[in-house]
Amino acid sequence: MKLTQRLGIFFFLIGLIAFTVIPFLGEYQLSEDQMVSNVKDIHQDQMRSILSPMFEKEYSSSFAFVGEYNDLMAGYNDVLKAESKWDQVIWDDYSFPLAKAAVISPIKGNPGLFLFLSIGLALIGGLLYILPLYKNEPTGIKNNGVFHSPMKNKGWLGILTGSYLILFYVVLYLFPAYMVNLVWMVEPISLTLSGNPASQWFLYGLIYTLAILVMGIRMFRKYRGNRYQQVRTISVMFFQTAFAFLIPEILVLLNQPYFDFKNIWPLDYTFFYDYRIESLTQSGAIGMFMLVWGILLIVVGVPLFTYFYGKRWYCSWVCGCGGLAETVGDPYRQLSDKSVKSWKIERYLIHSVLVLAVVMTVLTIANYFSSFGLLGNVTNQLHSFYGFFIGSAFAGVVGTGFYPFMGNRVWCRFGCPLAAYLGLVQRFKSRFRITTNGGQCISCGNCSTYCEMGIDVRWYAQRGQNIVRSSCVGCGVCSAVCPRGVLKLENGPEEGRINDMPIIIGNDSIKVNA
Amino acid sequence: MNNSKHIVILGNGIAGITCARHLRKQSNSVRITVISGESKYFFSRTALMYVFMGHMKFEHTQPYENWFWGKNRIDLKEGWVEKVDFQGKELHFQSGEKLAYDQLVLATGSQPNKFGWPGQDLIGVQGLYSKQDLELMEQNTSSDVNHAVIVGGGLIGIEMAEMLAYKGISVTFIVRETGFWRNILPKEESELVGRHILEHHMELKLETELEEILSDESGKVRAVRTSKGEEIPCQFVGLTAGVTPKIGFLKNTELQTNRGILVDSFFRTNIPDVFAIGDCAEFHESPAEGRSKIEQVWYTGRMHGETLAHNLLNEPVPYKPGVWFNSAKFLDIEYQTYGHVPADWTQQEYHSFYWEHVSGKVSFRMLTNSKDQIVGINNFGFRLSHPFFDQAIGEKWTGNQVIENLDKANFDPEFFAPYIQAIQEAYAKEKGLTLKLNKRSFIQKLFSAKL
Repeated sequence: MKLTQRLGIFFFLIGLIAFTVIPFLGEYQLSEDQMVSNVKDIHQDQMRSILSPMFEKEYSSSFAFVGEYNDLMAGYNDVLKAESKWDQVIWDDYSFPLAKAAVISPIKGNPGLFLFLSIGLALIGGLLYILPLYKNEPTGIKNNGVFHSPMKNKGWLGILTGSYLILFYVVLYLFPAYMVNLVWMVEPISLTLSGNPASQWFLYGLIYTLAILVMGIRMFRKYRGNRYQQVRTISVMFFQTAFAFLIPEILVLLNQPYFDFKNIWPLDYTFFYDYRIESLTQSGAIGMFMLVWGILLIVVGVPLFTYFYGKRWYCSWVCGCGGLAETVGDPYRQLSDKSVKSWKIERYLIHSVLVLAVVMTVLTIANYFSSFGLLGNVTNQLHSFYGFFIGSAFAGVVGTGFYPFMGNRVWCRFGCPLAAYLGLVQRFKSRFRITTNGGQCISCGNCSTYCEMGIDVRWYAQRGQNIVRSSCVGCGVCSAVCPRGVLKLENGPEEGRINDMPIIIGNDSIKVNA
Repeated sequence: MNNSKHIVILGNGIAGITCARHLRKQSNSVRITVISGESKYFFSRTALMYVFMGHMKFEHTQPYENWFWGKNRIDLKEGWVEKVDFQGKELHFQSGEKLAYDQLVLATGSQPNKFGWPGQDLIGVQGLYSKQDLELMEQNTSSDVNHAVIVGGGLIGIEMAEMLAYKGISVTFIVRETGFWRNILPKEESELVGRHILEHHMELKLETELEEILSDESGKVRAVRTSKGEEIPCQFVGLTAGVTPKIGFLKNTELQTNRGILVDSFFRTNIPDVFAIGDCAEFHESPAEGRSKIEQVWYTGRMHGETLAHNLLNEPVPYKPGVWFNSAKFLDIEYQTYGHVPADWTQQEYHSFYWEHVSGKVSFRMLTNSKDQIVGINNFGFRLSHPFFDQAIGEKWTGNQVIENLDKANFDPEFFAPYIQAIQEAYAKEKGLTLKLNKRSFIQKLFSAKL
């Protein structure tokens, strides 16, 4: 390994350690004014009396502060719950905004410095490691040592990485109050972009985008000489940076609704929630445009583009989850399970999530038009169930945290309802297929091994059959790693798309009609 | 089809396994046993190098999951056969076990050639063919190997070189011919591969033969001496000068053999109910014009298996291979060939059109006969369609027809450089023609790699 690369790893580790330590810095002291400015009007009187023991008290750590907050809130709510006074219970969780307001730490005073020491150093380190990769080596894709690597073959480094990611997601989704220092680091950026203070989601969005950009650069190094991979990577980098990160923030700056123009229901499962619909319908022409745009994507965009190009137009070119999987997740693609059994589980699971998302949305819409008379409570329950188990646990914790254990497409393969919808179109009405080059397959297994979706590509290739599978995201890596030029992603006539070749071409002895 | 005979297949390589699979496809009742001493489950031999280099685990080289065989009632038997009792229709295993058959399919494969070089059995000297060879190579290169010599410039040689390079071991090739794989490749292609080998910092000693492999005091290889008298210090020697049918235990029996097991075009040996397919079979007559009597590539093994399975259950048909095709990868450069392109030819025989990209790593050659009909092509560094050339060569298209339609033969991924166009232009220029060519789309032009 070159010196610059060692240095890169060193910087990256320093950055990572800083990022991990920063949340623990500083003290917490909450004033009444801070409480007032962070709590809804309707809750202010109750909150004042509930939290009064905390005002102006010093807490040495986030654990002490959040702990006491939780105790006080539980004390208040439990009594009401026991008396079944559900409407008086304070369901809102104010721990994050209050902790963010109450923290007294060096980060608040000097966010740029800490941002540089953590995310900045990790970024620089990553680039120092990535840029010299394969330098002075002839063009060609090398998967050398992948299964000898402790990182890429579920070794100690992979387990450590996965555990860290899972921990990060658990804190992000369930205990954001403990990471307010990290959020303060990015406060100035958020203020510049949208004029709003930063939330944990802004922090997450920023890290997510930077990770895709840096690991996207790694893709250019790794797949040099393969223009399909390069163009596709530029595409996901662009859509993440512009559409998922910058444009929504700028919209907010311009007093428009926060809107990601490339996010599509049912992946964007809150699209038809009443608060979203209301925010769009109350935002004039641009809001209406967003609403119509979103619906058009669902009913016209998905079927049309998928018919012409396969689901890859979205999953490996546009989607944010796909973008992360294709860049940050690329080193783990070989860990997906290729067995027929996992294919079976995949089909049950992903289509169940699709059904669930559709049912939930139909109920939501019905509810909206019946002015919340119909099944209001059931819908809310369903929303929180889906939000927690699918939106957070499945898509986030499992989806990304399990990269080093089950490959980089766990969510896309087993859980994403949009992928299921795109997949149905791709399987039954599309021009897309992976064409097999006659009899050239030698069954080596590179294609199957490096398929992130767990498709046993070789099963088809060695029989001279085209690969037509609902789950294929068209990443093109099977074709890239094939040593014999057997696989080609193609859009072509539907006729002959699914083929059978009982006797593979090159053998004229037997004539068999398929 | 109702037929309960017991067909025993000796060898679970691509030929034997294809035969077994096709037997089961066509008959529900026939009893099938596949025997192998090498490994219980079928694996892709061509992928062994990727296991060594950490691209895959060994299990990834197995094209079928382990339940597949039970589900399809293909019995797998592990063990080495020592002797075949052709009279009693019985196999005798080294373990002392016996197994009766109604029909026997010999698909025993190959082993690396050893030409009686002094020192060829020293520690650290080996070929690469079987799973055991791979394990041996891992052992032989686990420590204290800085330099290796590979004897023979062919497909296994180049694979071995890549494997050694993965471990940081430098490589010297000793090649008898005037260029790499020159007995198969025309001069320009051979030079193209040769340049790429040098680009990978490997050494290529042409027109050089192995004289002797020298030993240290512990019986390990310490150096080789070449026909030019040079002594090359090395700690590993790869013997990759071709393979030969693995039929040692069948020699000097009533089974007729030459280099391989002699068969007719129906894969029948001289003994009734005994057949041979794949690498170990040697045809009395070459199966088609320009083809070798012993066919030792993956694809022919598969075709032998397909054809024999049909013959064992139906009215037998002679083996009739179609248009020849093959492929390989030389380090980073992919190679495909369709039809017949010999290493050398006379100008009366064939006309050759050859195009090479300025990078010197992409090339295309088309041979046409005196009637301007295509006889074969070689392509390096880009991909061409098998069905296209199977048709073009089968139907004897003219050179112009092939080139005019060449965009339909493109098998490179989207957005790759338009090599096809460059070839078409070069051809038109050479022939002084104006060809009707299809235009590329705007998107392709915008995003594609440049030539």
